[in-house]
Amino acid sequence: MTAPPVAVTRRGGLPAGVRNPWLVFLGRRFARLVVSLAVLVTLAFLMIHLVPGDPVRAALGLTAPAELVEARRESLGLNDPLIVQYGNYLSGLFRGDLGVSMTSGVPVVDTIGQRLPASASLGLSAFVVIMVSAIPLGLAMAVLTRGGRRRGVELGFTSTSAMIAAIPEFLLAVGLIFVFAVTLGWLPVAGRGGLDSYLLPVLALSAGPTLVIARIVRVEALAVFGQDFVRTARAKRLPPWRVYFRHAFPNALTSTLTIGGLLLGSMIVGTVLVENVFAWPGMGMTIVQSILAKDYPLVQAAVLVYGLAVLLVNLMVDLLLAVVDPRSTIREA
Amino acid sequence: MRLTHWLNALRSPVGAVSATLLSAFIVLALIAPIIWGDAAEQTDPSALSQGPSAEHFLGTDGLGRDIWMRVLVATRTSLGLAVLATLIAVSIGTLLGVLPAVLGRRAGRLAVALVNLAVAFPALLLALFFAVIFGIGAKGAVLAIGIAGAPSFARLVQTNVAAVAGRDFVSAARVAGVGRVRLVFRHLLPNVGEPLVVNATVMAGGALLAFAGLSFLGIGVQPPTYDWGRLLGEGLSRIYLNPAAALAPGVAVVLAGLAFTLLGETIAQVVGLRTTARRGHLGVLPTLRRREPDEPTTTQPGSNGASVYDGVSTQHAAASTDGSTVRPDDAVLVARDLTVSFPGPRGWTHPVDGVDLTVHRGETVGIVGESGSGKSLTALAVARLAPEEAVVRASTLNFLGTSLPDRSDAELRRLLGTSMAMVFQDPMTSFNPSMRVGRQLAEVTRTHEGHSRRAAWDRAVDRLRKVRVPAAERRAAQYPHEFSGGMRQRAMIGMGLMSSPDLVIADEPTTALDVTVQRQVLRLLREVQRESGAAVVLISHDIAVVSQMCERIVVMYSGRVVEELPVDRLAEAAHPYTRALLGSVPDLATDVDRPLATIPGRPPDPGARPPGCAFAPRCAFADDTCTAPPVLEDVAPRQRAACWHPQSGPVAPSPLAGAEPAVDVPTRTGGQP
Repeated sequence: MTAPPVAVTRRGGLPAGVRNPWLVFLGRRFARLVVSLAVLVTLAFLMIHLVPGDPVRAALGLTAPAELVEARRESLGLNDPLIVQYGNYLSGLFRGDLGVSMTSGVPVVDTIGQRLPASASLGLSAFVVIMVSAIPLGLAMAVLTRGGRRRGVELGFTSTSAMIAAIPEFLLAVGLIFVFAVTLGWLPVAGRGGLDSYLLPVLALSAGPTLVIARIVRVEALAVFGQDFVRTARAKRLPPWRVYFRHAFPNALTSTLTIGGLLLGSMIVGTVLVENVFAWPGMGMTIVQSILAKDYPLVQAAVLVYGLAVLLVNLMVDLLLAVVDPRSTIREA
Repeated sequence: MRLTHWLNALRSPVGAVSATLLSAFIVLALIAPIIWGDAAEQTDPSALSQGPSAEHFLGTDGLGRDIWMRVLVATRTSLGLAVLATLIAVSIGTLLGVLPAVLGRRAGRLAVALVNLAVAFPALLLALFFAVIFGIGAKGAVLAIGIAGAPSFARLVQTNVAAVAGRDFVSAARVAGVGRVRLVFRHLLPNVGEPLVVNATVMAGGALLAFAGLSFLGIGVQPPTYDWGRLLGEGLSRIYLNPAAALAPGVAVVLAGLAFTLLGETIAQVVGLRTTARRGHLGVLPTLRRREPDEPTTTQPGSNGASVYDGVSTQHAAASTDGSTVRPDDAVLVARDLTVSFPGPRGWTHPVDGVDLTVHRGETVGIVGESGSGKSLTALAVARLAPEEAVVRASTLNFLGTSLPDRSDAELRRLLGTSMAMVFQDPMTSFNPSMRVGRQLAEVTRTHEGHSRRAAWDRAVDRLRKVRVPAAERRAAQYPHEFSGGMRQRAMIGMGLMSSPDLVIADEPTTALDVTVQRQVLRLLREVQRESGAAVVLISHDIAVVSQMCERIVVMYSGRVVEELPVDRLAEAAHPYTRALLGSVPDLATDVDRPLATIPGRPPDPGARPPGCAFAPRCAFADDTCTAPPVLEDVAPRQRAACWHPQSGPVAPSPLAGAEPAVDVPTRTGGQP
C-alpha cells in the first residue's frame, strides 16, 4: 500500500511486458469478453444438439411424415458432422445469417431486426428511469438519515423498499394493470403504441431495481460519509452539495455499480416476462413463442441476443468502475 | 440455549410472520388437494368467467371452475416444484462449489472460472436456455430452474469453503474476479453451513417466483395440471372480466416468496449472521440542556463572566500586555468551557468536558494526552468539524474575533475556509481517492476565492512545490494512491496553505508516518509557521514531539485540561500526570535493559469518569481530597495545574526506575508540598 514513489520508478524501469495499467486492464477485460462470447455462441449452437431425441421430430410432431422430417433435418444441416455444422454456424454468424425460422420460414435476422427495437426501447427507458431516480433517492435518504438521524424516515424507507422490491416485476405488472388500466382506465392494458403505452411496462420493470439500488446507494453513501476524506472536504469548508457530490458520492459508486450491474443484467431478462404480460411485440414474446413452437433457429438467435446484451452491460459496468475507481483498475492489472 | 434462540426469533415480528405464513402454506399444500381437489376441477358451463359472488368467492375461470379453490389447491404443486428445484440447485451448487477445494489448483481454477462465467448470466436466461433443452413441462422446468440456480449457489459455497480451506484459495478467488462483496461475506461468516442454509431458504423463494414466471409464460406446468403461475397466465387474459383471477394467484406467489425470504432472515438472525442494532433510550443531557451545536450558552460579559475570562489567556496576556485585559485581536482562537457530548446507549457522555483553550497570533500550542483524552475532539470541535451526532457547547468560541456559533454556515465556510487549515492524522485516508491531488488542492481557492480553474491549479502546483513535493507539476495530476505517506502529508499541509491561514490545526500529523518522515513533516510545519506567521495547534500523544515544536503545552486527561505550561517549564511540571508522561519518554540515557516506564492503569472511560480528579485512581499522591474536582490554578507564572497535590522541583530524568514510575515519582521529587 505504501511506497508508491519507489513503485512508480520501478514500474517505469521494468522491462517490456509491463505497460500502462490501463492497457493491461483493458486487455484482460476484453479477453474475458471474448471468452464469454465464445462460450455463449458455442452453447447456443449446441442447444439444439443437447435436446434429447430428435428435435425436428419433436418440433414437427409425431404425425409428421418421415420424409418431411428428413427433409427438414437436411435443410437445417443436422445430418452433417457436428464440427462442420459448427463451422457453418460460425461463418453464418459472421455473415449475419442466423438461419430461417422453422415455423414462419422468415429469416431469423429479419424477425430479430423487427422485434429488437421494441425490447431495446423498453429496456433502455427502464434503465434511464432507474438511474435517474435510484441514485438521487438513495443519496437523499443517506443525507436525511446520516448519523442516525430521522429513524422514522429510515425505517419507512428500508421496509417499504424491501417490500416492493420483493415483488417480481411481472406480478407488479399485473397489479399495475389492475389499478391503472382496468380500474382507473387511465392507461392502455397492453400493446405497444404511444408514450402512454410505455408507462406501465417501464414502471413495472424499474420499480424493484430502483428501490434496491437506492438502498445500496444509501448504505454506501453513509459509509463514505464517515470516512476521513469527507472530513477533509468539510475541513476545506466546501459547500455541502460539493462535499456530497464531488467527494462522497463518487466514492460510494463502486459497489453500487457492481450490484447495479447485476440487477441490470437480470432486468434485461425481466423484460421477457413483462413483455408477455403487456403483449409487447418484442424479443420477449419472440423467445417464448419460439420455445413453445420448438422453433430452434429462432430460439438460438434469441438466446444469443439476450446473452450478448447481458455481456455488454457487464462490460459497461466494469469499464465505468475502472473510470470511477482507478485504484481497482490498477490493482486488477 | 439454541432452543431459546429459536423461540426468541419466533417472537420477533419477522420470525412470527414468516413462521405463520409458512406453516399456513404447508398445511394448505398438504390438505387443500385432498379437500378441494375435486371441487376445483368441477366445470360449470352456467357460470363462465364470472366475477366474485356468494357461490364463488373469487369468481370462476373460462370453464366455470372456482378460482379460489384452484388457488388453494395449486399450493401443493407450486411449493413442491419450487422445493424440488431448490434441492437440485443446492445439490449441484454444493458439488460445483467444493470442487476447487477438492481438485488441484489448476482444475479448481477452472471450476471457479466456469461458475463465474455462468453467474454473469441472469438465472432466468439460463432457465429459458435449459427449458429448451429439457423440453416444455413441469419436469423440464424443475430441471431448468434447478440448474440455473446452481451457479450462484456454487459460488457461495466456493467462497465460504475457500475461507475455511485457507488463504491460497482466497487469493485464487480474487484472481478469478470474485467480487468484494463476496469477500466481505466470507470475512463475516465464521463457518460454511449456516450461510448456506440461509441462502438455500432465500433461494427457495426465488425458485418459487421463477417457477411462477415459467408457468405464466406457458413453459412450466402444462394443463391439466396447474400452479399459481399457470392460473395467473389464464387469469390475465380475462383481467377485464374478473381481475381476481389474475390477482389472487399473484398475491399467493408474493406471499409465499416473502415467507421464504423472511424465514431466511430469521434463520440468519438466530445463527448470528446478522446483528440487530439495538439502541438504548437516551435521557436528557444530564447537567446540561440539550442544544443544537449552533446555539451555545454564551456567558454574559459581567463580573462572573470576566472571572471565567481571566483564564490562561489572561495569564499569558498578562505577561505580554502588562496585566490589562486581553486584546481581542491578539487571540486567534478563544474557547471557553468547551464541552462535547455524545448520545450513547446509557445516556450522554462527555469526552470533552469544560476545556478552555486560547491560541495567540503566531503561537505554537501543543495539546498532549493519551488516546481517549479528548484532544482530537477538542480540535475538531473548535474547528466546527465534530461528528454529526456530537453536541458541542461553549460559553465562548471565538476565531479571529468572530463568535463562531453566531455565524451562518455560509459565513463560517468563508471565514474558516480561508483562515483555518487542518492537517489530519492519517494521510492515507484523508485524501479523496478518486480525485487528482491537484484538483483537491485547487478546489479550496476555487470555492473560497473564486479563482479560475487555471489559476487555482497553478496555485496548487505552487503550493505543492512550496511543501517540497518533487516534480510538483506531474504530481498534481496524480491520484493520492500514487503518493507516499510523507508526501501526502506534505500535500495536506500544502492544501492548508492554498489561502493564507491564521491558524493551522495539526491533529497527530506525524503519528502514521515513520520516524524520518516525521521529522521532515515537523520541520515543514515549523517553517510554515515561521514564514506565514500562522498560529499552530499541534495535537499529539507524544510529549517529545510537542516539546520540540511548541512554545506552550496543554496537557489533557479524560476530557479536561490538567496542566498548562510553557515548554521551558516542562522540567518543573506540577501535575503528576504530566510528570508521568515525561517520565515515560525514553532518551539516550535510558537503560535499555530495563522495561520502559509506563503509567500503570488506563484512562477512565468518559462515561465512567470518577468524581473529582479523573487521574486520582492512577496517581500515587491521591487521597480523599482528590474526590473533589480540582480547578486549574496558578502554580507558577504562566503555569497552571488542576491538582490538589501539585508537585514541585525538577522532574526526574527518565527512566523512572522500573515499571512503576508513578510510585517512584514522590521519592525523587521530594514529596508533597
